[in-house]
Amino acid sequence: MTAERQPPSGRQSGEPGVHVAEAPGLIEARELTKRFGDKVAVDRLSFTVEPGRVTGFLGPNGAGKSTTMRLICGLDRPNSGTATVGGLAYSQLRKPLGTLGAVLEARSVHPGRTARNHLLFLAQTQDIPARRVDEVLDLVGLREVARKRAGAFSLGMTQRLGIAAAMLGDPRVLLLDEPGNGLDPEGIRWVRNFMRALAAEGRTIFVSSHLMSEMAVTADHLVVIGRGALIASCSTQEFIAHSSERSVLVRTPDQARLRELIAVEGGSVQVEEDGGVVVTGLSAPRIGELAASAALVLHELTPRLPSLEEAFMELTAGSVEYGESSAK
Amino acid sequence: MTAGLLAAEWTKIRSIRSTVWSLLAFVVVAIGFSTLVATVVSNNWNKPGPHPNHVTLVTNPTALIFGAGFGIGQLAICVLGVIVISSEYSSGTIRASLLAVPRRLPMLAAKAVVFALLDLAASAITVFAVFFISTAILRSHISITLSQPGVTRADIGAILYLTVLGLFALGIGGLIRHTAGAIAAVIALVLVVPPLISLIPGTIANHIHGYLPTVAGELVAQTSQQPADVLSPWQGFGVFCIWTGVVLAACGYLLVRRDA
Repeated sequence: MTAERQPPSGRQSGEPGVHVAEAPGLIEARELTKRFGDKVAVDRLSFTVEPGRVTGFLGPNGAGKSTTMRLICGLDRPNSGTATVGGLAYSQLRKPLGTLGAVLEARSVHPGRTARNHLLFLAQTQDIPARRVDEVLDLVGLREVARKRAGAFSLGMTQRLGIAAAMLGDPRVLLLDEPGNGLDPEGIRWVRNFMRALAAEGRTIFVSSHLMSEMAVTADHLVVIGRGALIASCSTQEFIAHSSERSVLVRTPDQARLRELIAVEGGSVQVEEDGGVVVTGLSAPRIGELAASAALVLHELTPRLPSLEEAFMELTAGSVEYGESSAK
Repeated sequence: MTAGLLAAEWTKIRSIRSTVWSLLAFVVVAIGFSTLVATVVSNNWNKPGPHPNHVTLVTNPTALIFGAGFGIGQLAICVLGVIVISSEYSSGTIRASLLAVPRRLPMLAAKAVVFALLDLAASAITVFAVFFISTAILRSHISITLSQPGVTRADIGAILYLTVLGLFALGIGGLIRHTAGAIAAVIALVLVVPPLISLIPGTIANHIHGYLPTVAGELVAQTSQQPADVLSPWQGFGVFCIWTGVVLAACGYLLVRRDA
């Protein structure tokens, strides 16, 4: 990675000294607000995204994720509030591709232009050498089709081209808007591993999704929004643990003992037809610990995936743009 | 605006087919039509009957020569000027472009410069080709040379007119942002509005007509000022430049203000 100048900080008069040593890869949104007509798309949204991990940006469709990302990278202007990358507004960055790479959901490649020419003109704006274009084409595995017109690309190839464009400047921050949309499982796994590898290099990865299940296996940290407002910003573990609707599938030869232990801890159980016990109200680690302390043999201890979705649904209930709010 | 931005805009403009096709259409249509008209005029030269063309060729030869080739050929320049910017919006490339150049205005400036230079080069080649082909066809009947008063100025004027016309179209394209809508608007301004206004009787309408962008702009491509002209050749070109400057400034202002 190229050494980046330390941006001048401490500009915010309200909090002197607090942001003096702003991390260069830190994304910060403060009271970010965006209205389209009388509809509020992003509502006084504040959060930070830290380097060195994958931060998932979760919310139902229409929650304002894409708009927030467009505000961060300067495509839309906020009505009020600020979004900064390393302490600077995106439009203040001299060579922005060296700081932030963005893979936006909407198509941004001319169908008649070849992949290589698309990347080449982007590189030229920042005086990035042309050989870097070939490097990123190799990085995403598009070398073979570099001289094909982008209009002939599959969805997966288009997504890879977007990632190649985002990686041109070797940025320390990467923004990805629903990168899994339309990809086959292999493509989704490729993107996931790619993001994790970049985070491990110390980069900031901020990835939006409306799928809790995908984020559960990808993100270390979550920023959850609904109707443009912040619902939660916490680690993925915490988010799952705090769900009251979590459920864990447990199998044990001594079902009665298990139910006893769960009841004492305040959880509830439901026995399924095949003998599995579905525990709600307790986390899998907690059940494991309970079983261990009681020397109870467990054959299976599986946090149930639908429960993650439920955690998400529950937290965002009432903030879904369209649809019935579940009456509970 | 840096050399890098100019290089980037050049890469963009040369890497889509519509650029090449529009330029090719411009050259072929302009040379084709002017050659056709010159040939017909030449073949009919000695036929009996009134020949208003002959008078024009004496008093204002470039009006006839360029009028034939560029009256239609200029539409390709209009289309190209619009496409250069509107295709960024229709394809979504504008997002990639503005992620790379978030200050936006330098991108527009670089785009305008690169396109103007391309337009200038294509127009210079085509204008002189049209002039020399047409005058060669007519040589046996009438001698028209660059040394005659106003002829060289008219040739250079035609090149400048076509260059500024491209920028005018680019500005409209950036304002409207939709290819079809912007092309319709530019063609309306170039082809439809002037004859409509000229239908209105009276001096006020006559002046409004004279100050319309392309009506004023075209004057510089005439060999001599005509009695009906409201403006002199260079005044007309100046008015056209002001129109274009206003359109480009509005385009730049909205580019910075609007969400991309």
